Amino acid sequence: MTGRLIDAISSMKEKEALDITKALLESKIDPMEILDASSKAMEIVGKRFELGEYFLSELMMSGAILKQVSEMVKPMLKGEVRTKKRGKVLIGTVKGDIHDIGKDIVVFLLDVNGFEVRDLGIDVPPERFVEQIGDFQPQVVGLSGLLTLAYDAMKHTVQTIQKAGLRDSVKIMIGGGQMSTQVKEYVGADAFGNDGMAAVALAKDWIGGQ
Amino acid sequence: MMAWRLLPLRKTGSVDNKMKERWIDPSSDAEKKQEENFQTWLSAADIDFETPEAKAGYKERVKLIKDAVQLKSAPSRIPISPSTGHFPIEYAKINWHEAMYDYEKLAQAWEKYHDDFAPDFYHSPRTVVPGKVLEILDFKLYRWVGNDLREDQEYQFVENEYMKAEEYQDLIDDPTGFFLTVYFPRIFGELKPLEKMPLLPSVHEIPLVPPAVIPFGTKEVKSAFQKLAEAGDEANDWHAMIMRVSASIMGKGFPAFSAGFSKAPFDVIGDSLRGTQGVLTDMFRHPDELKEACERITPFMIKLGAAACKATGHIMPFIPLHKGADGFMSDEQFRTFYWPTLRKVIIGLIDEGIVPQLFAEGGYNQRLEVISDIPKGKTVWWFDTVDMARAKETVGKVSCIAGNVPLSLLCTGTPGDVTTYCRSLIETAGKDGGFIFSTGAGMQGAKPGNVRAMIKAVKEYGASA
Repeated sequence: MTGRLIDAISSMKEKEALDITKALLESKIDPMEILDASSKAMEIVGKRFELGEYFLSELMMSGAILKQVSEMVKPMLKGEVRTKKRGKVLIGTVKGDIHDIGKDIVVFLLDVNGFEVRDLGIDVPPERFVEQIGDFQPQVVGLSGLLTLAYDAMKHTVQTIQKAGLRDSVKIMIGGGQMSTQVKEYVGADAFGNDGMAAVALAKDWIGGQ
Repeated sequence: MMAWRLLPLRKTGSVDNKMKERWIDPSSDAEKKQEENFQTWLSAADIDFETPEAKAGYKERVKLIKDAVQLKSAPSRIPISPSTGHFPIEYAKINWHEAMYDYEKLAQAWEKYHDDFAPDFYHSPRTVVPGKVLEILDFKLYRWVGNDLREDQEYQFVENEYMKAEEYQDLIDDPTGFFLTVYFPRIFGELKPLEKMPLLPSVHEIPLVPPAVIPFGTKEVKSAFQKLAEAGDEANDWHAMIMRVSASIMGKGFPAFSAGFSKAPFDVIGDSLRGTQGVLTDMFRHPDELKEACERITPFMIKLGAAACKATGHIMPFIPLHKGADGFMSDEQFRTFYWPTLRKVIIGLIDEGIVPQLFAEGGYNQRLEVISDIPKGKTVWWFDTVDMARAKETVGKVSCIAGNVPLSLLCTGTPGDVTTYCRSLIETAGKDGGFIFSTGAGMQGAKPGNVRAMIKAVKEYGASA
């Protein structure tokens, strides 16, 4: 039945997915199996997004289904769930910019793809990135921004990280609709992305693990 | 609230009603009306020109747009109209508090930009809204320098679910009532008392009068109207400045590039009512309600776009497009949810002799074929991150296209990079007319040297294209 759950989530059948989850929980299956199936479904969604078969609408819809499934399963879990994480990503929308939708999508996708993500929120000053790199020890730092004012804020953030002597300890990716190779060079980042799956691909590439 | 319906909704198709479908084909006099509107714009009747040369320059520039739009003959040169955005504020080195609260400083910044760069067209400072007006009403849809943001931050939208999915039917039943008594109380703190306003079609018999007016006698509703009056006074002061700047810049020979505003019905729902997550998931969860709501918003968007053009004798309302961009939804979803009512808005405006100026923010490469289904010579499609060669070959056959110097280039490139890009853009999109040279988005953050290089490049290479 977990196969049917994978199908239902990955093809946006909300009611079916929730009904199956309910039935699975009643059948006393190990709740972890439901979460594993959900992860497999999200991997399929991610692949279809990369292939251009799925769009933001499907990412958000499957995310909304996943959230409900997780909430149903949570009370049934015994103790803390320890899953092996691929690696750590620190992320935030840079100083001046208060947009969070794009960043939230990236956080969600990194999370379902097995990364440990620390989200610093919006309008994050460079100093806070530096402080959090020290504290969280991420391999990857993601700077998000929608507005053009983010270009200089990103550049300043990278410089501040550099000055703190932490530049070589992290890979830096910038993300947003207005990012390009040229902006990446200007900012001094290692890579850029225009959509959420690009962030996942970069993190996988840098941190490794399939 | 549970939905109550007179007519059942079909599961798959459009709204099931017997009313004649409007705005499918343009009316027979659309062409004539457009020509009349262009003649009104060309006549420049109410403008006090500084010199006879300014007047001649103004007319020449309107003619460039007329030729570019109508696709009958190529304009004598490529018209230059970068999207000003908030660039004049940065260029004049004033901060956001000054821009939104000191109308005189805003006016000077705008004049300085137009004097120094002299693009062919004037872009009004109307998008730099008066902070005081928003403050008086306790506007919650945006944050700005007077409301949580710093002086270096431009105003920014606050993404939220301002209408719940269960409320679609209320919106569909009565959009005006919904906005007045439900939506406004949510987005304007000071207008919360409007929740008590009566629904107007309920007032039509003698015993219905007293209960309808009782709310107007309450302290709260009186206060809401008082706040509206204060906001109105403030907005009038700001508007007087706008009119002064407009008269001054147009008097130097630069026509306004657009007048008024409208939106795609799907974006009205998606941007301002349901939010991105809400509207994108509604396509799966509430498809019929979403489609019907878009239909109900459509006539309002036609009237909105036509109103300012009629008032000012202009012809092009600005219509920024958001959630139909590449990546947001599939081609099928675009054809099902986004395009049908946007197309009706386009046809409705064309019927009035108006030229919709459709500003496609982000990518639109997947949409070029679908959006080509429009009457020829009646629109401007203005692109951001689009392959302009393909745009020229597709929608460019039926519509004037505009764009698309990238902001990333203007903000982070060199003047040399800009010149190279502009030259290639002119060669690709400019051949045989039907093209307005512009940027892909409002120019905030652009380096002045790059803006200068851009304008110089068009003057140089765009003369004979």
